[in-house]
Amino acid sequence: MKNMLSKINRKDALTLGVLVAMFLVFFVVLSTGMASNQLKNMIIPMSYYILLAISLNLMVGVLGELSLGHAGFMSVGAYVGCYVAVTLVEKYPSMPLAAYLPIAMVIGGLAAAAFGVIIGIPALRVKGDYLAIVTLAFGEIVRTLVQNMSVFGGALGLDTGDIRPKNTALTLLPFTAAVVILSAILIMNLVRSKHGRSIMAIRDNRIAAEACGINVNFYKVAVFGISAFFAGVAGVLYGHNFTIIKPETFGFNMSIEILVMVVLGGMGSNMLGSVVAAVVLTVLPEILRDFQDYRMLIYSVMLVLIMLFTSAPAFAGIRERLSLGFIKEKLTAKKKAKKKSKEGDGA
Amino acid sequence: MSNRNTIISANGTEMFSPPSNVLIPTRDEGKQPVLDVRGLGIDFGGLRAVDEFTITVGPTEIAGLIGPNGAGKTTVFNLLTNVYKPTRGAILLDGHPTAGKTVAQVNRMGIARTFQNIRLFDQMTVLDNVRVGMGNNIHCNFAESFLRLPRHFKAEKRSTERALELLSIFNMESEAYTLAGNLPYGAQRRLEIIRALATEPKVLLLDEPAAGMNPSETVALMESIRSIRDTFGIAIMLIEHDMNLVMGVCEGIAVLNFGKLIAKGTPDQIKNNEAVIEAYLGRQEKKEA
Repeated sequence: MKNMLSKINRKDALTLGVLVAMFLVFFVVLSTGMASNQLKNMIIPMSYYILLAISLNLMVGVLGELSLGHAGFMSVGAYVGCYVAVTLVEKYPSMPLAAYLPIAMVIGGLAAAAFGVIIGIPALRVKGDYLAIVTLAFGEIVRTLVQNMSVFGGALGLDTGDIRPKNTALTLLPFTAAVVILSAILIMNLVRSKHGRSIMAIRDNRIAAEACGINVNFYKVAVFGISAFFAGVAGVLYGHNFTIIKPETFGFNMSIEILVMVVLGGMGSNMLGSVVAAVVLTVLPEILRDFQDYRMLIYSVMLVLIMLFTSAPAFAGIRERLSLGFIKEKLTAKKKAKKKSKEGDGA
Repeated sequence: MSNRNTIISANGTEMFSPPSNVLIPTRDEGKQPVLDVRGLGIDFGGLRAVDEFTITVGPTEIAGLIGPNGAGKTTVFNLLTNVYKPTRGAILLDGHPTAGKTVAQVNRMGIARTFQNIRLFDQMTVLDNVRVGMGNNIHCNFAESFLRLPRHFKAEKRSTERALELLSIFNMESEAYTLAGNLPYGAQRRLEIIRALATEPKVLLLDEPAAGMNPSETVALMESIRSIRDTFGIAIMLIEHDMNLVMGVCEGIAVLNFGKLIAKGTPDQIKNNEAVIEAYLGRQEKKEA
């Protein structure tokens, strides 16, 4: 019994281990100057995509509501947070990154969370495909609104050159690592708690969840808010990584990209899939740049293949043989066999 | 909503006087009935799905609700749990009206149920299914679970222990970590009962608990129903087509046909009631000689 309990937590521990190891590698690679320019430019995007994928997984995989507007929440965070950062830096030019970045993240995240709640309330009345359309519309509305707001630079975009640190990737990395790891811990803590169970119960059977005394509306709105908060934080990171935030970046395509990460990584309470998928899907298009014209073709074919591999019943046998549990079992079996043969020799 | 309130207030004086047709086991005599349903009815369009449904259930009674297919039995359960808003009538749970409450609030007031077509949280473990039911009785707010404060661990520990305890009613502790969706049919039905019990109800509504069970499983279920009543001291109301179970375990039985109560009584009274026999088997035509 205890074994099984710790096994569940072990999944989270593995996710955290992978994250920590990944950031350590990034840090070493960046600080020793081993990284190519291509890799350098990918590290921060990889990190905020991880954050986006985890937060969307909370909504899609844990709550079970399809959202196509995650880029919209991200853009709210990016614009509000970076606007705050830009104003701060304008007023106090000597303010260090360590001071204005966290402030920007909290404010950007809260702004996105507010939008999450605002979208969450009407979304209580629609389900499935219809909710997907509502969130899709939300993303487009935000993009169009921002395009026409002179405060945020309109269609030209918000100039974030002043808040973007020099030697961007290396300077941002400690903050990015801290934020991504902390967010992952918070989200996984939530999922493995009383509240997480209630949220998953709503996903599995709404009617039974209500009959068990769960306030479905409260949890749905709360998850919208929490998920949007972390998307907003990712947006602030995005803003600090580039010299300009353009509204058209946060279009439908980006929302889909994040959703693809969540789906390929496997929806549900295990966040490791989202993390790996976010990394792979950020790196893949960059690597394929060498193939020029065929890039998107290869990318989409690979998506189809990954999807087939991760979910088609025909590959179940191969999947099992590649799973950690199976490899471990084999290893221990080998050890046992060795032990036995040794004992046999001794006798 | 206002329409319903006026109905209640119009009958207000009559509401709390003892109903004429009381059917309560001697054990519960003199105690306030845990469930007091007066003139409950619902219309779906022009169809009177349930009409004039009036029963009282004692605090530790095992009551049965039977009737032919389509009589409105499950509709009554849906009315009792506020899944449907009644068109007429009132429900008093331990003396408190449930009108205007949400399904979740009614559950917290003390009515838990199982479903005719099993509704488990399939992707969650058996243990977690039970722990979801305990949500209202373990306290730990969002911040505490986000930050894993001591209360979170306390709540987790307590709920795990209690859930395993509840699972032991049906000897299901060994399956605590299987996914609920992977359980065999009978075990799924038993898990639903445990999940409902986890919400600490005063009244447990079982919708066809023996459906799909073999005779020996049904006998075991009867024993369990009795022992649940005894250990938890709660009222149980069940819908069931298996007459052996109904007659064996229920103390009071209400018979529904076409949305109307046609008989109430003890198992023996029901067995010999002509209206009931007619509802189930049809009228026997007297052959002219």
